[in-house]
Amino acid sequence: MDAFKSWIARSGTGSILLLALLIVVVFPLTMDIFRLNLVGKYLTYAFVAVGLVMLWGYGGILSLGQGVFFGLGGYMMAMFLKLEASDPEATKIQSTPGIPDFMDWNQLTELPLWWEPFRHLPLALIAVVAVPMVLAFIISFAMFKRRVGGVYFAIITQAVALILTVLIIGQQGYTGGVNGITDLRTLLGWDIRDDSAKLILYFVNAGLLIGVIVLCRWIQMSKLGTLLLAMRDKEDRVRFSGYDVAMFKVFAFVLAAGISAIGGAMFTLQVGFMSPSFVGIVPSIEMVIFAAVGGRMSLVGAVYGALLVNFGKTYFSESAPDLWLFLMAALFIGVVLAFPNGLAGLYESHVKPWFARRKAPKAAPAAIEPPAAPPPAPSHKSAPPATLPGGVQGQSA
Amino acid sequence: MADKKDTIPAPLTDEQRRKVLLGMAAAPALMVPGVSFANAQFPTAKVNTTKLAVTDTEVIVGQLHSATGTMAISETGSIQAEQLAIDQINAMGGILGRKIKVIKEDGASDWPTFAEKSKKLLVNDKVACVFGCWTSASRKAVLPVFEKENGLLYYPTFYEGLEQSKNVIYTGQEATQQIIWGLDWASKEKKAKTYFLIGSDYIWPRTSMKIARKHIESVGKLGSVVGEEYYPLGHTNFNSLINKIKVAKPDCIFAAVVGGSNVAFYKQLKAAGITGVKQFLLTLSVTEDEMLGVGGENFAGFYSSMKYFQSLDNANNKAFVEAFKKAYGPKSVIGDVTQAGYLGPWLWKAAVEKAGSFDVDKVVAASPGIELKSAPEGYVKLHENHHLWSKARIAQGMPDGTFKVVAESGELIEPNPFPKGYQ
Amino acid sequence: MSFDEIYNIALMQGFAGLSLFSVLLLMGLGLAIIFGQMGVINMAHGEFMTIGAYTIFLFSSLTESYAPGLMQAYFPVAILAAFLIAFGFGWLTEWALIRHLYKRPLDTLLATWGLSLGMQQVFRSTFGPKEVSPTLPDWLMGSWSPSEGLDIPINGLFVLALTLLVTGGVLLALYKSRWGLRVRATVANRPMANATGINTKRTDRLTYAIGCGIAGVAGAAFTTIGSTGPTSGSLYIVDAFLVVTFGGAGSLLGTVASAFGIAQTQSIAEFFLTGSMAKVLTLLLIVTILMIRPQGLFASKIRR
Repeated sequence: MDAFKSWIARSGTGSILLLALLIVVVFPLTMDIFRLNLVGKYLTYAFVAVGLVMLWGYGGILSLGQGVFFGLGGYMMAMFLKLEASDPEATKIQSTPGIPDFMDWNQLTELPLWWEPFRHLPLALIAVVAVPMVLAFIISFAMFKRRVGGVYFAIITQAVALILTVLIIGQQGYTGGVNGITDLRTLLGWDIRDDSAKLILYFVNAGLLIGVIVLCRWIQMSKLGTLLLAMRDKEDRVRFSGYDVAMFKVFAFVLAAGISAIGGAMFTLQVGFMSPSFVGIVPSIEMVIFAAVGGRMSLVGAVYGALLVNFGKTYFSESAPDLWLFLMAALFIGVVLAFPNGLAGLYESHVKPWFARRKAPKAAPAAIEPPAAPPPAPSHKSAPPATLPGGVQGQSA
Repeated sequence: MADKKDTIPAPLTDEQRRKVLLGMAAAPALMVPGVSFANAQFPTAKVNTTKLAVTDTEVIVGQLHSATGTMAISETGSIQAEQLAIDQINAMGGILGRKIKVIKEDGASDWPTFAEKSKKLLVNDKVACVFGCWTSASRKAVLPVFEKENGLLYYPTFYEGLEQSKNVIYTGQEATQQIIWGLDWASKEKKAKTYFLIGSDYIWPRTSMKIARKHIESVGKLGSVVGEEYYPLGHTNFNSLINKIKVAKPDCIFAAVVGGSNVAFYKQLKAAGITGVKQFLLTLSVTEDEMLGVGGENFAGFYSSMKYFQSLDNANNKAFVEAFKKAYGPKSVIGDVTQAGYLGPWLWKAAVEKAGSFDVDKVVAASPGIELKSAPEGYVKLHENHHLWSKARIAQGMPDGTFKVVAESGELIEPNPFPKGYQ
Repeated sequence: MSFDEIYNIALMQGFAGLSLFSVLLLMGLGLAIIFGQMGVINMAHGEFMTIGAYTIFLFSSLTESYAPGLMQAYFPVAILAAFLIAFGFGWLTEWALIRHLYKRPLDTLLATWGLSLGMQQVFRSTFGPKEVSPTLPDWLMGSWSPSEGLDIPINGLFVLALTLLVTGGVLLALYKSRWGLRVRATVANRPMANATGINTKRTDRLTYAIGCGIAGVAGAAFTTIGSTGPTSGSLYIVDAFLVVTFGGAGSLLGTVASAFGIAQTQSIAEFFLTGSMAKVLTLLLIVTILMIRPQGLFASKIRR
């Protein structure tokens, strides 16, 4: 029993369950469908943040181009939905019915060949994950084999984000250009704009997110996770121990890309369009901050980070748009200067000891104070009870 | 929302009386007997059957522009003009006896934020209509929301056309209104035979240039296109392009460059010796707003095709310019889109009063045929396709940054968002 | 087309490449010092350039209203002021922010990104969201036309001259002055530099501030060819990083060479292709070369 208990604590099952409780039960019960849909949108960013925890927190590789994979995943989904929305009946006023409206405006008279696979849902779903992962493999394999790392990698991923943005905007006949792919309506005849559809999509999204977190947690607990950590801290030693360091890094990058792409696809489904503004450098850096606020070592922390920052963005830009940018600036600087481990780190260093202090002298002062005092702040309350151990403990695991 | 007791005519409260008096003072000419007893004549339950945010004294509308981010440069003017129109309408007693209250939302130059905020305005705030959006991308992002929730959007920017929605009133020009008459003028007055088309690389310039090319080469048979170039948004180095222009030696440079690129483009043209004295240039994208950044000395002598210029000489415009400067400072300028933004609230007011209701469906039904005789740009009329009939004008840039209107289409040009023969 | 015309176009196209080279070099130079020498990823570099641009705007409006007679002369003074103001802000930034982060280079990226957001909002609140246009002295406008059909932009010449001046100054300072010696010593081996009595903290602060000051000069110079607005700086930031990375961080000569290479590639590609495709092609080329040669064109021989 004790062994089981310690396994629970070590694996972070408790914190994942708490998160699941929050997003699957608490949010849907307390929010109207409009707010819930917003939360659903934020949770799609959380996919990217979770991927970044694996890549950045565990692998030590910072990518400033995660928007590329989020965007690609979203575009793959959007292409399928757009083809379904442009059946010949709905587009009969066009000069070429049956092709997406933006193609018609750009004098395309037939569907480009590479759009054809997106007529079929299974193929589109495979492409959602496969295309970003293959791209990630191509980018990272070449670079990690040549031991490009750290800052250089970050800047090259930035350049990739820029290239893709310019390409998508420039080739508007094939991609919808700067407007993106808009006006998506149905998925296999199921209207995704309905409130009921939004509710279902929210749960699918939440389920996928929990699944991804569990998968990542499993990887972290496996030998692979240990190796990633080891590689982050002392790359040469791992290499001298006979491991192919580059391939581990490639694995982390491809994994993060795939996870981001799922988020992108869910984004398209819930928001109803996809545009190149998610592929660029700015959203990519914003997504890094989600992970940083939540705590770059904590999978669940990343989700809370994405939720918190986006709630803040929505709330403050409704009440004080000018103030928002200053707050965002303060958030970036504050997280880096004062809380390098984000919310999760805050929990580890403040909330947990506080709990411990309350617990220890429980016997004597129990009569004076109520035994089950609530934690100090909601954000702390929702923070994971068993945050992931830092580098040191992970290595010894 | 609609209280049942509203159907009984209530005696005027002090506040209402004050507002009515205010309205009387501001616009005695518009005082029709009905206004002062609006609640009696237009009970809330009757003018608002779709649960919009309309009370006895107030109607809530939304305003959705970018106050932050890269587009704030352009959208500030629209925000100010719409607010000015709303303030003026309120000073005249409001609409159907109700004051307009604005909920401002910031789209932050980010299209999903636009979609999110438009949904908030329509679903949570139940606004009667929304004035907003600037870029095509932001409009495309909110369009499905407006169609789904049956909202009403007044969109102020001149844009590429190819769109016509029941839920949008387009107060700017669609592409053909801005391009075709201007090109004909260039061909007739400036004897231009060869044209060099330049744009930023996104949908509006590309669609505009497509129409321009068709008109130059086949429909209007004006001459030939000797070059067509697009540069990424934010591009700041145009020296190679300028050399290409020098090789092609066009009679007319036809430009639709936007944003920070616009400034770089004109500064570098001037530096390369291409000035208004030697070269004829007609642009679709320089208004008084852009001129602030470009600088009059860099644009002097070039021509801009718009429907409105701040220097227009008519009584409506003089009053508008005076009011605008009084509200936003003597240095503020008014561009084409700013004026189109100003039309939005007035068009809505006219449609609501014609319909006698705030219901979106009734307002939309009443909209075609609405006329505005008080528009700063002159007389405008709303077409069945939800665009405005308006004039086209060409003005020349002056060294001090103002525009001198040199030509004006004789009659109103019909909006045609899906032009046949130009596809 | 006559031979004369082709000759003129070729000359002007050559100058277009040179002009782009000077722009890229000038914006990369400050970053080459901050990022290349110190390893700080300064995402607020563009905003320090904007500080310079707004300084020019302030000077031009002040001169216009208080001393219109000096319109022809204010520009060089304003550029000096741009350097000093950006230098001052850089000094403050280093003290308040950067010095806590030297051990975590990737975190400087996030912190300075936050800083850049804040600075943009400050610009917007102070100068308004719309772009402004400083009035330039007449001698900076127009073109120099040595023969018929040949126009060399004066602002391009000015930026080129300024770039050469600043680059020369930086090279001289880095390799001939005591400050340069300290910087190179600190970069090469910090503990050892400390041990020999170099105040490395002071050196860091000065280096960062000088880098920011040069960014201010670049921003000031770019008012002659580009836009001045709250977000103008963001137009340059990615290009600046690519120039420095491509050249090989830590090597100033590498930055010069990479600016030259990128500028020529892009301006020639722009002449023969469309603008967007030229941009994509240039970027792809840079990324591909960086994949093959990750240390950049000129790898510094310093052990890190």
